[in-house]
Amino acid sequence: MAAFVLDSLEPLIAELRSRGFAVVGPVARGGVIRMEEISSAADLPRGARDEQTPGRYRLSTHDGDLMFDYAASPDSAKRFTQPPRQTLIRMRRGDIEEVEDEAPRLALLGIRPCDLAALAVQDRVFLGGRHPDPAYRRRREALFLVTVNCAVPGGTCFCVSMGTGPKATKGFDLALTELADPHRFVVEAGSEKGVDVLGALSQAAACDDDLAAAEEVSRIAAEHMGRQVDTEGIQQWLPQAHDSPRWSDVASRCLSCTNCTMVCPTCFCTTMEDSTSLSDGTAERVERWDSCFTLDFSELNGSPVRGSGEGRYRQWLTHKFATWYDQFGMSGCVGCGRCITWCPVGIDVTEELANLR
Amino acid sequence: MTPAPYRIRSRRPDRADTVTLTLEPVDGACPSFVPGQFTMLYAPGVGEIPISISGWFRPGGYVQTIRAVGAVSRALCHKRRGDVIGLRGPYGTGWDLSAAAGLDVVVAAGGLGLAPLRPVVRELTAHPSLYGRASVIVGARTPATVIYPQDLARWHDGHGIDVQVTVDHPDQAWTGPVGLVTHLLDRIVFEPRRTFAFVCGPDAMIKATAVELVRRGVDPRRTAVLLERNMKCGIGRCGHCQLGPLFVCLDGPVVTYDVAAPLLAVREL
Repeated sequence: MAAFVLDSLEPLIAELRSRGFAVVGPVARGGVIRMEEISSAADLPRGARDEQTPGRYRLSTHDGDLMFDYAASPDSAKRFTQPPRQTLIRMRRGDIEEVEDEAPRLALLGIRPCDLAALAVQDRVFLGGRHPDPAYRRRREALFLVTVNCAVPGGTCFCVSMGTGPKATKGFDLALTELADPHRFVVEAGSEKGVDVLGALSQAAACDDDLAAAEEVSRIAAEHMGRQVDTEGIQQWLPQAHDSPRWSDVASRCLSCTNCTMVCPTCFCTTMEDSTSLSDGTAERVERWDSCFTLDFSELNGSPVRGSGEGRYRQWLTHKFATWYDQFGMSGCVGCGRCITWCPVGIDVTEELANLR
Repeated sequence: MTPAPYRIRSRRPDRADTVTLTLEPVDGACPSFVPGQFTMLYAPGVGEIPISISGWFRPGGYVQTIRAVGAVSRALCHKRRGDVIGLRGPYGTGWDLSAAAGLDVVVAAGGLGLAPLRPVVRELTAHPSLYGRASVIVGARTPATVIYPQDLARWHDGHGIDVQVTVDHPDQAWTGPVGLVTHLLDRIVFEPRRTFAFVCGPDAMIKATAVELVRRGVDPRRTAVLLERNMKCGIGRCGHCQLGPLFVCLDGPVVTYDVAAPLLAVREL
C-alpha cells in the first residue's frame, strides 16, 4: 500500500473536522493521558512520556516534538463504542419506547494497534452472534480510526504475545508512524474512507528512508515489550487449572475493586438499572458497565454463585484467556497491559498465568 | 433489548409465594415457543428477570409461574389482572422431545423446577402412544411449596402417568414420602437403557438426580437438564449467565448432562 509523509497533523485534524467528525485524541490531563475531543494538533501531549509498571502510572513531560511517545492510556475505544451508561427504554402507562441515542461521528486519533484488535473483539461480541446489537453497529459505523503505531511500549505491554501489535496491520482507516529528526508521520490508508481523506490532504510520497525509519520504530518497539505471555495451548490448560492453589493466592491480594474490568478494552459485561420518575411515573432502563468481580454479578436466588474472591478472579482470567475462544473463536485479551497498570495492588496477569501453567 | 407490552389476562396465586400469570400481547401475535425456553419479564421501574414458559393458551399467550424471591419477582407477583408488563423472547434452547420418542420418560423436578417441565408432561399426556412408560417425580421443601397440585393429580388420575411427590419437611397432613427426590427413582418403573430423562431444579438437585440416573444406566446424552443462572439480557450480551464456556441464555438453559456434568463439578464456575 502506498505510504505518504505528513509534516503536521493539523491539516488532517482540520480535514476530519470539516467532514463532520469530532476529533477525539490524546490529551494530558490530571497526570494521565485521556481521550478527549481536540480542535488542533496543539492539544496533543507534546513531549509526554509515561511510566507503567504493575499498579503504577506516571506521566512526565520532556523536550522534543513527539506527541505519541507513550503506551496505552486508561481510555480505550470502548468508552465510545459501548458507553458506560446508556438508556435503553422508557415505559409509561403501558407504552414502551425504545431510546435510540444518536451515534456521534467520531474520529479517534491516536488509538493504539492493541485497541484496534480490541475493536475487532467487540465487533465479534456485539455483531457476530445471533443477536447483533444495532446501537453498537450505529456507533461503530460512525467511527473514523486513525491509529498510531507504538514506538515506546509500556512496562506492562504484551501485544507481541497476543499478536496484536506494536504495528497495526488491519482495522484502521489511517495508520501513522511518528518519526523524529525531522518530526514527521508516515501515513498509510487502510480503507476507502482513509484513502479519500488522505487524498484531500497535500502529502508527499514516503521515500525509502521514511519507510525504513518507520519499520525500525516498529521493530524496536516489538523488542521492548514489558511483559510476555506463553499462549500455547492456553484454551485447554487454563480451564483445567481450576483447582490450582494459585487462585487463592491471587485472591488474597485481589481487592475485587473491578478496575481491571473497567479499563479492559474488551470486557463487555453489563447490568441494568431501573428507575421510575416521581413526577410522571415514567419507568426507565439504563444499561451500564458491570464487572464479574461484584457479588451481585452471579447472584442466584439470594446468594452468589461465585461467592469467593478466587472464584471471581478465576472466572475473569479464565474467560479472558481461554473460554473466550469457545464463545467467540478468539482471545479476549489483546495484551494492552491496562489491567496490570491500573490494578491498585499490582496483580500482573502475565505473572499469574506463568504461575498457573 | 426492547420488551413488548403484555397484558396480564389472569393471575392465579398457587401458594403463599408463587403466582401463575397468563400473559397476552397488547398488540400483535405472541411468538411460538419450545418447551424449556424462557422469556425476560420486565416489571416497569423495578427490573427484568428470566422466567420459564409453563404453557400456552389459545389464541396466543404464555403461562408463566413466578416465585417471589427478589425485588423483581416480588413486583411481578404483585401485579394484578389487566396490568401491563414488558416481555422479551422466548429465548434459549428447549427440551428435545423428539429424542424421547419411543423411550420411557422420567420427568424429575425440584421445587419450582416443575414450571418448565409442565409443557413436557402435557406433551406426554397429549401423545402417550409416542412414548414408553412416563413418570413424574417431584421434590419440594414442604407440601405447601409443591406447585401445580391439580395438574399433578390430573396427570396421575386421568392420564396414567406415575406421579410421585416427596418433601423435605412434611406437615401433619402429609402421608407421602419424605426425603430427596432421588429416592423416588426406586418407586417408579423405567428401563434405564431405553429412557430419556428431563431434569430441572437447583444445581444440587440436578447433579444428584443426574448422577443417580446415569448410575442406573441412563445415557448422559439422554439426560436433559435445565440450568439456572443470573441473567440480565437473555441474548448473550450481559455476560452474567456464563458457566465455563457456555452462555446459559444461548447455549442453554437446556443442555444434556454430558455437557453439564464437567461444568457443574467445578465449584463456583
